[in-house]
Amino acid sequence: MQGAVLRHLAFESRKLFHQTQTSMPDTAIDSAQPITTADGIPLKRALARALRRDKMKSLALVSPLFIFIALTFLMPIGDMLWRGIEDPIVSSFLPRTVAELKEWDELSGELPQESVYAALVADVKEGADTKLITRVGKRLNYELPGMNSLFRKSQRRIPRLEEGGPYKDAVIKLDKKWANVETWQIIKTFSPTLTAGYFWAALDLQVTPAGDVELLPDKNRIYLNLFWRTLLLSGFITLMTLILGYPIAYLLATLPLKTSNVLLMLVLLPFWTSLLVRTTSWIALLQRQGVINDFLVWINLIDDENRLSMIHNATGTVVAMTHILLPFMILPLYSVMKTIPKSYMRAAVSLGAHPFRAFFKVYAPNTVPGIGAGGILVFIISIGYYITPALVGGRSGTFISNFIAYHVSVSLNWGLAAALGIILLGLVLVLYILYDRIVGIDNMKLG
Amino acid sequence: MKKSIIKQTLITASAVCFAAGTFAVAQAQELVVVSWGGAYSKSQQLAYHEPFMAENPGITIINDDSASEGVAKLRAQAEVGNVTWSLLDAIAADAITLCDEGLIEEFDFNTVFSPAPDGTPATEDFGDLIVSPCHIPNIVYSTTWGYRTDLVKTAPTQIADAFDLAKIPGKRSLEQKPINNLEWALLADGVAADDIYDVLDTPEGVARAFAVLDTIKEETVWWTRGAQPPQLLADGEVVMASGYNGRLFSAIEEEGQPIAMMWDWQVFDIDGWVLPVGAPHREETLALLRFATDTQRLADQAKYISYGPARMSSAPLVGKHAVLGIDMAPHMPTDPNNAKTTLLFNFEWWADNQDDLNEQFNSWLAQ
Repeated sequence: MQGAVLRHLAFESRKLFHQTQTSMPDTAIDSAQPITTADGIPLKRALARALRRDKMKSLALVSPLFIFIALTFLMPIGDMLWRGIEDPIVSSFLPRTVAELKEWDELSGELPQESVYAALVADVKEGADTKLITRVGKRLNYELPGMNSLFRKSQRRIPRLEEGGPYKDAVIKLDKKWANVETWQIIKTFSPTLTAGYFWAALDLQVTPAGDVELLPDKNRIYLNLFWRTLLLSGFITLMTLILGYPIAYLLATLPLKTSNVLLMLVLLPFWTSLLVRTTSWIALLQRQGVINDFLVWINLIDDENRLSMIHNATGTVVAMTHILLPFMILPLYSVMKTIPKSYMRAAVSLGAHPFRAFFKVYAPNTVPGIGAGGILVFIISIGYYITPALVGGRSGTFISNFIAYHVSVSLNWGLAAALGIILLGLVLVLYILYDRIVGIDNMKLG
Repeated sequence: MKKSIIKQTLITASAVCFAAGTFAVAQAQELVVVSWGGAYSKSQQLAYHEPFMAENPGITIINDDSASEGVAKLRAQAEVGNVTWSLLDAIAADAITLCDEGLIEEFDFNTVFSPAPDGTPATEDFGDLIVSPCHIPNIVYSTTWGYRTDLVKTAPTQIADAFDLAKIPGKRSLEQKPINNLEWALLADGVAADDIYDVLDTPEGVARAFAVLDTIKEETVWWTRGAQPPQLLADGEVVMASGYNGRLFSAIEEEGQPIAMMWDWQVFDIDGWVLPVGAPHREETLALLRFATDTQRLADQAKYISYGPARMSSAPLVGKHAVLGIDMAPHMPTDPNNAKTTLLFNFEWWADNQDDLNEQFNSWLAQ
């Protein structure tokens, strides 16, 4: 938006310069003498000043939007980015233990020294009043099952230990998990205040105590698959909207205005209907006892026992989302097709091209900006889609965003949710850059 | 002229506000009670909030329906040091978490809460349902099974039938989480109820449970919200589904759907009150809490919703549905006929293992 304004201004100033040149040929030829305006100010400075004024004006006009975006979009995203890497819990609730653990070699296979246990007792006693120490257990339980109860138990029992130590055996007697080297390795691994742990988890990776990153065992892998599925289904949905939307857009662009306006209303009408209504009506259509299955059974194409499963799986997601996102493909296509003069096709045909050849050689290349805009719009909207896959996606049709929502509101693992969100954001940016390289963003036309 | 009208209005408005403010301070104590909304909050309102307000004219109970975000919101209130909730309705697992974090008060049940009419102390009257010193049980609800009477050839009678595609062909619906499902799978596989968590403690045991779930994986629709299973059953999308007994009750009795219950190994869960530390009007709230959890009030609540009262002494007092006029007792999860085999899932065990098992479960689902 601002770029366009500046380009326009630059163009205007070139025009102005050109005019001065032609109206004052003498001064223009003499390059030693600077060009001035009527009141003697050098033209360059006068122009710069005028430009600056306009720039300030445009900035002032843009600033409400900018502030709004900064407050409601950039700052929350920044906060989310931060949550994906910050991990202050262990170090802030177990400061002494973390300090003592620095001396301990986690690869030795031996338990930490007495001072570590003493530090743990001191930390837990301090945190016992507020009971906040249990948050350490909750955090570490993401990494190692059993840490939750270990810290809850310790929070109740450690404050009752006798003063003065020695603590090592006493603590181990409270819960034998404290005699487990793995427990201490986990505490040490997650003691820094910044962590890449959530990102590893979001990519189905884990860090071994030795510091190596390895793929999780098969039974624990989730997200790589989901990212792949999200991209694949979104790509497929984009393709479907293109296949369905292109002829409609062509029709809209070529029909007389009166008819095309009515058709355009039909495209827009579902757009104005609530998303939930559209999604749930697909459930009524596609379910086993639904309209389509009933019809197929009625015309004897399938028998009653073998009704088709078209909902609560990937088919449901693709069908419902293709329908919902169709206007996002049709509208950019329509606006581009509207600008292609009919004479192009006529010219191609009159020069001897078969109508098909004329279409693919002349018409179709002209619609590429619309395809690009519609495609990128539909694709980016669909990889972040959440409600429709949640309602009709079942097991095989859910997207990564459903898991982000799950970690935000159910498991309350916000760090992992943030990491997943950041990866999704990164994916969108990478695809956008790729698109720019291959098709060119200037080629995109939204309307 | 116009200005003076505005001024006049402002003065009047502030005077009214001021008067109302002093009135409120002098007269009414407002207790914000947070619960689940809908039919459930209504049952609480009718069974004990209204009788309590009638007895204590100075107290107004304000219903807040945000119990589903109770843990997160209470944490936020405690963090800024401004607790505005007097009482919160929470499920047992959440209460255990909040209690561990010191955000809610612990009680000595026998001194704080009234004994049963025959003098049985509160701890015995609530019995096993006390899972945390912070959680005062209110109702027992269960996650159990409903099936379409017209779509199954033989009615399911035991939990193993849910996993038996030969006996009950067709789609079924299960909740999309490992809790309950793993237990049911092991029960269906012949594991004794007492041994379930010992078996699940080993990777082989978890694998065994997943292997049982594997047999119905392709025939399962997974639900995430309580409203889905009755809907899926009513649509004929599935022939049997796990679900909350209260929701299934309303589909069967209030909507007349051709659905019946299969109570074998229903999983009990407990819902109850917790008192936030630093809650406003603590004394009045305690009085309400004592009143609302006595034998008669818990029995009264069952007139409006088919959840079992948490006190044993309330069971004989359960009457008829307030609107339908049908006997409520046979619809209660705690009714002896329904509660022949019940499971109370192990909160402690799940608190430790759910992060890991959720991961395995989700990964299993995705494969």
